[in-house]
Amino acid sequence: MSAFRGGLPFTLRLEPRMEASRWLSPALTAAALVVALVISGAILAIVGADPVRVYLHIVGSSLGSIGAISDTLVKSTPLILTGLACALAFRMRLWNIGAEGQLLLGAWAASAVVLVPLVPAGTPGVIILAVMLVAGFLGGAAWGLIPGFLRSKFGVNEIIATLMLNSIAFAWIQYWVFGPWTEGGFQMTEQFPPEAWLPRLSDLADAIPALRGITVHAGFLVALAAAFVVWLIVERSAWGYEIRLIGDNPRAAKYAGIGIARNILLVFAVSGGLAGIAGMAEVSGVVHRLQDNFSPGYGYTAIIIAYLARFHPLRVVPVAILFGALILAGREIQPSGVPGMIQGIILFCLIASEVFLRFRVGVVRRPPVPPAAAVGAASPATSPAAGPVTGEGA
Amino acid sequence: MDLQLIMAAGIAVGTILLFAAVGEILAERAGVLNLGVEGMMLIGAVVGYATAVSTGNPWLGVVTAMLAGGLLSLLHAIVTITLRADQVVSGLALTFLGTGLARVLGEGLSKAGAISLLPRFSIPLLSDIPVLGPIAFTEQSIMVYVGYLLVPATWYWINRTRPGLHLRAVGEEPAAADALGVGVYATRYRYVFIGGMLSGLAGATITLAVQPGWFGALTVNGRGWIAVGLVIFAQWSPFRAAAGAYLFGAVVQLTLAMQLPPTILGFPNPFFEYHANTFFLEMLPYALVLLALVLGSREAMRKRIGAPAALGVPYVRGERGR
Amino acid sequence: MSGHGPTAVASPAPAVELRGIVKRFPGVVANDGVDFVLAPGEVHALLGENGAGKSTLMNILDGMYQPDAGEILIDGRPVAFRSPRDAIAAGLGMVHQHFTLVASMTVTENVLIGLDRPRLRLDLGRYDAEIGRLAEAHGLRVDPRAKVWQLSVGERQRVEILKVLYRGARVLIMDEPTAVLAPLEIDDLFRTLRSMTDAGRSVVFISHKLGEVVSIADRITVMRRGKVTAKGLPAAGMTTTQLAQRMVGREVLESLERTWRPPGAVVLSLEDVEAQGDKGVPALRGVNLQVRACEILGIAAVAGNGQSELAEVISGLRACRGRVMVGGEDIANRPVRKAISRGVAHVPEDRTGVGTAPNLSLVDNLIMKRYRSKPIGHGWTIDMGAARAAAPELKDSYEIAAPSIETQARLLSGGNIQRLILAREIESEPRLMIAVQPTRGLDVGAVESAHRLLMERRAAGAAILLISEDLDEVLGLSDRVAVMFEGRIVGIVDAAEADVTTIGLQMTGALGAGDAKAAGEPEPEPDPTAPAAPGGEA
Repeated sequence: MSAFRGGLPFTLRLEPRMEASRWLSPALTAAALVVALVISGAILAIVGADPVRVYLHIVGSSLGSIGAISDTLVKSTPLILTGLACALAFRMRLWNIGAEGQLLLGAWAASAVVLVPLVPAGTPGVIILAVMLVAGFLGGAAWGLIPGFLRSKFGVNEIIATLMLNSIAFAWIQYWVFGPWTEGGFQMTEQFPPEAWLPRLSDLADAIPALRGITVHAGFLVALAAAFVVWLIVERSAWGYEIRLIGDNPRAAKYAGIGIARNILLVFAVSGGLAGIAGMAEVSGVVHRLQDNFSPGYGYTAIIIAYLARFHPLRVVPVAILFGALILAGREIQPSGVPGMIQGIILFCLIASEVFLRFRVGVVRRPPVPPAAAVGAASPATSPAAGPVTGEGA
Repeated sequence: MDLQLIMAAGIAVGTILLFAAVGEILAERAGVLNLGVEGMMLIGAVVGYATAVSTGNPWLGVVTAMLAGGLLSLLHAIVTITLRADQVVSGLALTFLGTGLARVLGEGLSKAGAISLLPRFSIPLLSDIPVLGPIAFTEQSIMVYVGYLLVPATWYWINRTRPGLHLRAVGEEPAAADALGVGVYATRYRYVFIGGMLSGLAGATITLAVQPGWFGALTVNGRGWIAVGLVIFAQWSPFRAAAGAYLFGAVVQLTLAMQLPPTILGFPNPFFEYHANTFFLEMLPYALVLLALVLGSREAMRKRIGAPAALGVPYVRGERGR
Repeated sequence: MSGHGPTAVASPAPAVELRGIVKRFPGVVANDGVDFVLAPGEVHALLGENGAGKSTLMNILDGMYQPDAGEILIDGRPVAFRSPRDAIAAGLGMVHQHFTLVASMTVTENVLIGLDRPRLRLDLGRYDAEIGRLAEAHGLRVDPRAKVWQLSVGERQRVEILKVLYRGARVLIMDEPTAVLAPLEIDDLFRTLRSMTDAGRSVVFISHKLGEVVSIADRITVMRRGKVTAKGLPAAGMTTTQLAQRMVGREVLESLERTWRPPGAVVLSLEDVEAQGDKGVPALRGVNLQVRACEILGIAAVAGNGQSELAEVISGLRACRGRVMVGGEDIANRPVRKAISRGVAHVPEDRTGVGTAPNLSLVDNLIMKRYRSKPIGHGWTIDMGAARAAAPELKDSYEIAAPSIETQARLLSGGNIQRLILAREIESEPRLMIAVQPTRGLDVGAVESAHRLLMERRAAGAAILLISEDLDEVLGLSDRVAVMFEGRIVGIVDAAEADVTTIGLQMTGALGAGDAKAAGEPEPEPDPTAPAAPGGEA
């Protein structure tokens, strides 16, 4: 038990918590968020920005109108999917930091379907989109299998491996976008034909004028469906049980007959695939082309989302929407590092708050120390017998 | 393509990685994994640069950069050592925090203009050694020479001194160290702080010596992560870390140099012909790190040695297997 | 700093005195007003069952814990230890039950940890010599330059003793030192302890083994459930029965109802099994063994002679050469799932590291072996509702003390974790149970329930392989006893004819396989009318 003393007549101790009420976890999460926002506000104030204005701006630009809400949902679509990717992997203590790269590869694969092209001309839009979806999943899954393979076969640390692959993926996209697929040498490909665009609500604007400019697209529905599927997997399937067991104690999992290497590969594949779908949704539903730097770091924000949702698939959805708002508003906030900083502070506060899930603070009155004894014990403490027993002991 | 120049530049760039890697080695030897190196390097870079801009004294920048890196790492220390949170996630949070904070603090710095940098010089006798002299001892920043001294000093400290013995004990078997009166928490705090300071130093080396200027997050551009990977490849040995760092620096410089000339060794240069091909060169350093990781991990598995046994595990006194 | 003045005192102050020590942990009072007096130059045994509070008391004396109330006096003067450093400075040296050694460092390095000298530079050569001399002077045979991971268990204990001697310890506290030693090594240890007391040091000897305590101690203090039940009794003339009474509060320690049953068909048969250990050294060198239904075969062995690997090979966790036949089917080198599906249950040595998932609930832990089959598992899905419905009954019938079935496993005490594991392993009605160190570190109640459950399983027709370092347990529970040494079976004997001396010698390799052919191998297949091996039938 670690103990804090300061010459006080009592000791503060961290004692293991035997039971936790159901409300403790959400309460701690909320408390951590509040503390994080306060700290971020303080830093904002120090660098000269007005925290209240900043926060109000975030709320306004994300929830202030139907259009704003739509934009928020658009931003949250890839966040839900990558958040699910991270939550699934983290449940098994598989630190997939590569959601960003897997998203990029999924986007690339989906773009290849249109740009190569991989489907004959004249294919109906539904089929094209379906093929793109599959391609996106496969592209992300393949990129996820690389670190999965390295980890299961060679024991390579997946955090660094996935990070390196993120950078490689970034350069890969740049090659295609500036090279073979480029449009006029600019950092983007030509625009996809309309059959390859995910349908959006604004498509119905002719019939319902109120929907003009509402860009939320079918990808959002895919994301919600994915959340449900991942929840089913984690909570209701045998595989989900294996994932949870491996995540908690791999040695026990091995003892129970669960194959670890197999699961590393499977989880990385599905996790990567989910992120890949996010990439497909972005290029097909939002930018309608493949372009350089189209992701403002969705895959990294996903890590914090997964953590904030405590790796629970259904909770990822509201958390992702919250962060969608943050990213949306963050584009207009100066200084530009603020959203990233707030995310970091939120994560720190969350981790720190977790302590109270596992421990409670106990106050223990210390027995008074006889003054002579304290002195007697203190002085010899710095130079114990320096050699074989010769002198008398204490 | 002047190979000599490339290697010399490689050593300079490698020094940055070296400082960060050595700092991380010290922290990990004590049993604490600190993945926030990227964030601490950025903080060091921006604080050092800002200090040099406002005071005109680059040495002051170095000092403040080290302090900033150290202070930030204390956050990680408190959360993982005293509060016993997961070290991986805390390190990631530190990266996010450091990166974001650095960008906030560095707002407007890129227009700061030229500043006085740390001194560069050659070492008289050593620079005359054939082959090695012009590369290693000629016209290098003082930080490079500091790097040369840091490596053997760190090795000696870890393996041949009493405090180093305690460091190793705390990282391998903290219960043993604790039972014998070594302060496990204090030792871990100390070395996490030192690691943070060295990461801050690495950041300052970028902005005040090797690649001056502030370019937002691109200033460090992932090198903090490469340093963490290097530690695994180096198997927690300062000498191997140095070799890896310099090698990596050389490769990076080589890929940069390869993009320019119309021909290489008489053949038309594919990177010159078709500009998009240079992106493959950009991938090369990261692919190399992957390779280094695979090699390092396989070797560790084969020799059955590896990380300090208690790496990543929070220490709780009195919690023996029930 | 010994004694109170220039003249000798008629009765010297006790080396150590503890008065009214109280120590509480969440949910339990480990020490409840404990008094303890250690006279100079004596071996004083602290006796009690696991969970009685002996280790806690000594950890307080050692500076690891701070007491909630009470006083500590060294040589008659009150002291307060804020950390192990203070205790070491006061001349106390504890040799822990679980060694606190850094495996990758040398003996010398381990001894030097925590000292203030040398100031900076570590001249290992000089200290190697110094520590070598110290070891010689006390008859402790160990090479200072060897790395600890290369040493045997007995040698590691010598390193621990060297550590405290080097620091000038006047009082040695030995916590269950004989738990991991073979009989011969125990004799060595006792000789060493005697030589220390002859030199004026005092020894506290913590143990739960009555026989040893009576043979080595000068005086005995008995603890039970946090209180002292016998304070400083002279050992001379004490019988184990009298001590048992104070330890447990009843006349008889444990009467295991053991009715003789005719052994059934062979359930487990190992043929020429060889396997590698973790360090590249062969762990099993040709093991031949048979265990029958309704029989407990106990394996007596000192730690590190291949018994852990034996359990792993049978349960599928380790590769091997040779044949592992369960119910006539060779499951060697097959995945763990195969063994589980063939009715092999494994109660592992490491309860928290291997046997349970600490942060998962009781329910999750209980279904660990059954989630693939009905009624919990249906193809790809899991019916957690069924799992939650079945859990409370298991919890009650196996007396797992926990707030609810959703409690996380790590919050359970050692005994309850073992009950959890036993509940899980026994529920599947296995035909073969491998129990490795099943009662290590458990309190009386947990030990009794574990033994009772094993005997019930035996009665129900299972074959049980019991691997334990506790010779008393092996001899008490088993129908037949096999001794393992260096990866081979060096003797198999019916329990009734087992001779402790012979077994002790075999455990340390002094007697080979051929020397003790006592009851020998069991007879060939029994007649078909004998009870069949169970596999799910009543």
